Amino acid sequence: MNDMRVLERDVDTDAIKIAARGVQVFYGDNHAIKDVDVDIQDKTVTAFIGPSGCGKSTFLRCLNRMNDTIDICRVEGNIHIDGEDIYDRRVDPVQLRAKVGMVFQKPNPFPKSIYDNVAYGPRIHGLAKNKAALDDIVESALRRAAIWDEVKDRLSAPGTGLSGGQQQRLCIARAVATEPEVLLMDEPCSALDPIATAQVEELIDELRQNYSVVIVTHSMQQAARVSQKTAFFHLGNLVEYGETGTIFTNPEDSRTESYITGRIG
Amino acid sequence: MALGLTGYVIVAVLLLTVTAFFMARGRANVSAGGDIRLLHSLPNYYGYNAAMFTAVPALGVFAIWMLAQPLMIENSVFKLIPEQMVSEGSSRGLVMSDVRRVAEGLDIAVERGALTAEEANSIRTEFRDVREILGDVGVALGSNVEAEVLYAAQEYRSRSASGTFGMTIVVLGLALIGAAASLFVTNADFRARNTVERGALVLLILAASLAILTTVGIVLSMLFETFNFFRMHPWTDFFFGGSWAPNFRGNSDLSILPLLWGTLYISIIALLVAVPIGLFAAIYLSEYAGPKVRSAAKPLLEILAGIPTIVYGLFALLTVGPALVSVFGRGEEGLLGVEWMSGATAVLTAGLVMGIMLIPFVSSLSDDIINAVPQAMRDGSFGLGATHSETIRQVVLPAALPGIVGAVLLAASRAIGETMIVVLGAGAIAKFSLNPLEAMTTITTRIVSQLTGDTDFASPETLVAFALGLTLFVLTLGLNVLALYIVRKYREQYE
Repeated sequence: MNDMRVLERDVDTDAIKIAARGVQVFYGDNHAIKDVDVDIQDKTVTAFIGPSGCGKSTFLRCLNRMNDTIDICRVEGNIHIDGEDIYDRRVDPVQLRAKVGMVFQKPNPFPKSIYDNVAYGPRIHGLAKNKAALDDIVESALRRAAIWDEVKDRLSAPGTGLSGGQQQRLCIARAVATEPEVLLMDEPCSALDPIATAQVEELIDELRQNYSVVIVTHSMQQAARVSQKTAFFHLGNLVEYGETGTIFTNPEDSRTESYITGRIG
Repeated sequence: MALGLTGYVIVAVLLLTVTAFFMARGRANVSAGGDIRLLHSLPNYYGYNAAMFTAVPALGVFAIWMLAQPLMIENSVFKLIPEQMVSEGSSRGLVMSDVRRVAEGLDIAVERGALTAEEANSIRTEFRDVREILGDVGVALGSNVEAEVLYAAQEYRSRSASGTFGMTIVVLGLALIGAAASLFVTNADFRARNTVERGALVLLILAASLAILTTVGIVLSMLFETFNFFRMHPWTDFFFGGSWAPNFRGNSDLSILPLLWGTLYISIIALLVAVPIGLFAAIYLSEYAGPKVRSAAKPLLEILAGIPTIVYGLFALLTVGPALVSVFGRGEEGLLGVEWMSGATAVLTAGLVMGIMLIPFVSSLSDDIINAVPQAMRDGSFGLGATHSETIRQVVLPAALPGIVGAVLLAASRAIGETMIVVLGAGAIAKFSLNPLEAMTTITTRIVSQLTGDTDFASPETLVAFALGLTLFVLTLGLNVLALYIVRKYREQYE
């Protein structure tokens, strides 16, 4: 029966990067995600919106198996990235995470220099043959994160000494330095001021050229500004998923409408 | 007479305090007409306020008086004793202890009815054998009571009695004045709560400053004796000399350097044992162990910290030492067939056991510090595709490093100051040697041996203990300050 459903809903497989089917997540006895199916397209920004505690961050963390680091967490169902089941026993979650980068809610640069922060991933995965190659990777990552001009003169300064917005862009640079295919962002702007938020949003739009970006956000304006697809979660259910324009102007489900008009939240 | 006058004074003050509490509370209630909402503070605060003013000044003066009175009386009574009595091969302390003993004897004699109070004050050695009278009531004296001593003892008694009487008046008076004054100010508008709060604050400050003053006192007494030592012994020999050879007939070599070498050598071995094991244990407990293992293993590890160091010392002497000898010693019969180690006491023995003692110290502190590294750091590293051990090596440990260094320094200062393990396990030979299988000695061991035994307290051989102690104190203080500075600097990073 499960297979039937997969076939039924597998549409337009060329452009689909991540396909999730029947995903259930339990934290101990708490049923946090209930039977979620979703297809996330390549080179698209997909926004997860929903009230606090609706499971959107939990679902995001399933996509790179970050939930594995939590002892009491249990994931059921299938998630395929490029057709490969990431919860298959043969898949190494460590390698998966190199392919599916993640940016967190609070900027979390390591207590190292700016250079070492960005070089961390490439060094672990042996992406650079020599110092010059590593320099190139660091520079291009910092450029892609639109922070190169601000830090190029102080690459050896500690990453923790930057401002909040700079720190978050440094974390994005750190994530893109490992050349991921998917970039997961968990409320990346919630700790930032409006100017830094605008910079990061602009950056997200640029990142769409190369990556499939999934962003969890509390701000519906932000979802409307940066995303092409939007998924609305409520109480662990995926209520509605579609074109961002459609979700915000003409939602099908009454709960989606209530949320975007501010009646539930 | 079961309590004595001073006992009755305390009971009286406590009774007054309780009475003042209830009277002030009642008065406050009355002044508000029974409606406690009209009072500035809850009725109990008025009671506490009155109790505080009754008890605190009275008991404070009582305590100071009890400390000061014997000193002042001894000083004044000592002047009554002729000079030559003191100089005849005895000291002021000895004569005064005679005086006190005779005075106590007279007290007991009066109590038992062997003498009347009149007689006790007027008795003279010329007419009666005081030693015999006192002997009859159970106070044995070493020699016949001399006239001057008896006279001084009688003076001592009478001055003590009048002093105690004066104290009774003053203390009870203060308690009464305090009670009356606090009752007088008790009315609905009086801010009793604020006064009580301030009183509590003063109490806390007193407790804190007492702790600090005691430390200062200890340091000062050490300093004083150390100066005495350096007056008798050249400081150049102490700090820069090459050997430690105390000789109780004088002319000793008293250099700290061989002892310092032994201390540092043993401490380094202890840290070489404790730091890797403790740190790895901390990493396992904080990063890998599940909650069940953690809740069982952590207390177990900390039990090691609760073992008295003398037990570790016995362990060193009876278990570790012989075990090492069976490996490195005994010639043909030994495990390695070598004859490198002759006795159980050696640097290695003490160092190993001290290292075991320090494991929980290092692991517990490091565990706290590793746990203080924000989870966001680990998530960030995992999110980049790092494995658990890469995350620990490259992110968690560097972030925790300053704190871990602080923990190691604290452990080092414990090791340097440790006494019992080295007394039993390290041996008693002061020398410069690199061989860890030889017996050596440490600063703490020498302090113990210089101060135990029948020695003159005014010789450099004894007083050197204070100089050693002060050096040790400066050393561990320096390490502790450095450690605290590093730990604190690290803490600020994540706040």
